[in-house]
Amino acid sequence: MLVHSRKAKWAVWTVFFLFFLPLFALPLLVVLGASFATNWSSVLPSGFTTGHYSAATRGEALQALTTSLVTALAASLLALVTGTWAALAAAALKKPYRTVLDALFMLPVAVPSVVVGLAILVAFSQPPFLLNGTRWIVIVAHTVLVTAFAHQSVSAAIVRLDPAYEQAAASLGARPSYVLWRVRIPLLLPSLTAAAGLCFALSMGELSATMMLYPPDWTPLPVLIYAATDRGALFAGSAIAVVLMAATLLVLLAVSRLRTKASYR
Amino acid sequence: MSGGIRFDSVTVAYDGNVVLDALDLTVAPGEVLALLGPSGSGKTTALRAVAGFVRPVAGRVFLGDRDVTDLPPYRRGIGMVVQQYALFPHMRVEENVAFGLKARKVAKSGIRGRVAEALEMTGMAAYAPRYPRELSGGQQQRVAIARALAIQPDVLLLDEPLSALDAQLRSGMLAELARLHRELPDVSILYVTHDQVEALTLADRIAVMDKARLRACGTPRELYRTPVNEFTASFVGNANLLPVTVSSGGVSFGGVELKTETAGAAVGARATLCVRPHLVGLGEGPNRLSGTVGEIQWRGATHRLYVDVDGHRVMADVPELRNPPAHGDAVTLHFAPEDAVLLTAGVTHD
Repeated sequence: MLVHSRKAKWAVWTVFFLFFLPLFALPLLVVLGASFATNWSSVLPSGFTTGHYSAATRGEALQALTTSLVTALAASLLALVTGTWAALAAAALKKPYRTVLDALFMLPVAVPSVVVGLAILVAFSQPPFLLNGTRWIVIVAHTVLVTAFAHQSVSAAIVRLDPAYEQAAASLGARPSYVLWRVRIPLLLPSLTAAAGLCFALSMGELSATMMLYPPDWTPLPVLIYAATDRGALFAGSAIAVVLMAATLLVLLAVSRLRTKASYR
Repeated sequence: MSGGIRFDSVTVAYDGNVVLDALDLTVAPGEVLALLGPSGSGKTTALRAVAGFVRPVAGRVFLGDRDVTDLPPYRRGIGMVVQQYALFPHMRVEENVAFGLKARKVAKSGIRGRVAEALEMTGMAAYAPRYPRELSGGQQQRVAIARALAIQPDVLLLDEPLSALDAQLRSGMLAELARLHRELPDVSILYVTHDQVEALTLADRIAVMDKARLRACGTPRELYRTPVNEFTASFVGNANLLPVTVSSGGVSFGGVELKTETAGAAVGARATLCVRPHLVGLGEGPNRLSGTVGEIQWRGATHRLYVDVDGHRVMADVPELRNPPAHGDAVTLHFAPEDAVLLTAGVTHD
């Protein structure tokens, strides 16, 4: 810890319990509690049941979970490839061009995701790019939204990469493409997996743009949660929310295991 | 002829800021040339121009008789070792050493033998399966050298290769580098350093750089015995630099006549007399200088005296004294006329 005196440590712990727990942990616990309940009229939920979970892991909900996982996986992979490519290309550019390219990739973060959703809906509702009504429009929207994060975290890693590695490789006779695949990408791998995890988590939770775009046969989990709570089925919605949380956490955990294997320093 | 490096008035500038000014320099095949200079002198820039990481704004760089000025680094075929080694952290030692061979598409059957040979030469054969992070600084240095040697370059560039090592390891590695050079007599080595001991120990010739320019070039002995200017005199070894006026048959230093070879310098001209501290003796002799002891340092086998002579501080390294003089004592120093060098170029006093 950065604080050394006993008093300061107590103060830090107090702040932690007063602010962090109620703000971050408690709402999640409430959702967890609600997901096992049929009734919540007093301080604690009542009417213990696992019925919501059996509903949340079959039929429509299971379909939505698969939809979410496939969408997030596709979107984060696409975002990782384009984001990394763009970051590598930007690093090779001269200053003013690099700034422009970086700004371009940051745009989807600056623009509200509802606007991004609307823009994609308008843009892809007519030929020649008629994606409206297909699952692809959801995947495209998610890709656009998360590429910014992939690009940014990979850019940051490239800046930190010591140019001495590339130069040593080049002096040993390695062409730029060989240097890229054998030296730069492997050295960037920890950042790439971290970026992939971030993109995946963001895509799993995306609602506002998805709402405008999803076709009936491609309903991601957040939409289902929203629909459930919208019609008053709070406890059933909580169970689906917990499933969403667990699925996302599991994938992130797997990715982070990959990361520790790939980090060298 | 395939080896050797030639700089043909190579100028490098960043945004109009000249960091290397019209360098003319030749490294013969099999020669070790040290580029010696303080930081910012342009020595590393010169090395990077050979490696291909900076593009000269004027002049040409030749490797052997091949003009490589416009070639990208990967087509130059140079071995390079940098200060921080830059070993690939995700590869084992053997993979690091094999990297250049694989990148050049050397046949698999040939790679194993050459990797083993390079590791053998640097004494790192036992560490082949390790990762760089599992090695000490000195061991990483050896792997970096093995990696550069594995591609069998005609030219080896060493950029401050020992500066990240502690003093004891450094002298060991110096001997090691000298041995490697004996085993590879055809490889030209360009050795960039700010450490005069490394340059004097290892180099066949030293090129002294300062402020983007080449100040002097010669064998270590020439530069040490007969430096051509004040910068070289003070950067290669220690030197007393006395402001003098040329007189008939010698020089005059603050009213004291000193005998020395004047080599035809005009009488009355300003000049600098360079005398190495270890050639200055304590006591009576030819070319006497009288002064008071400013400071005295015991250095084991020698005493270093700082003597104030007529407002100038003169250093003398004398064999350890039984009864060393104390601060403020009046002493007499002397040196032989043939041990002094008169510098008439680049005189900074007036």
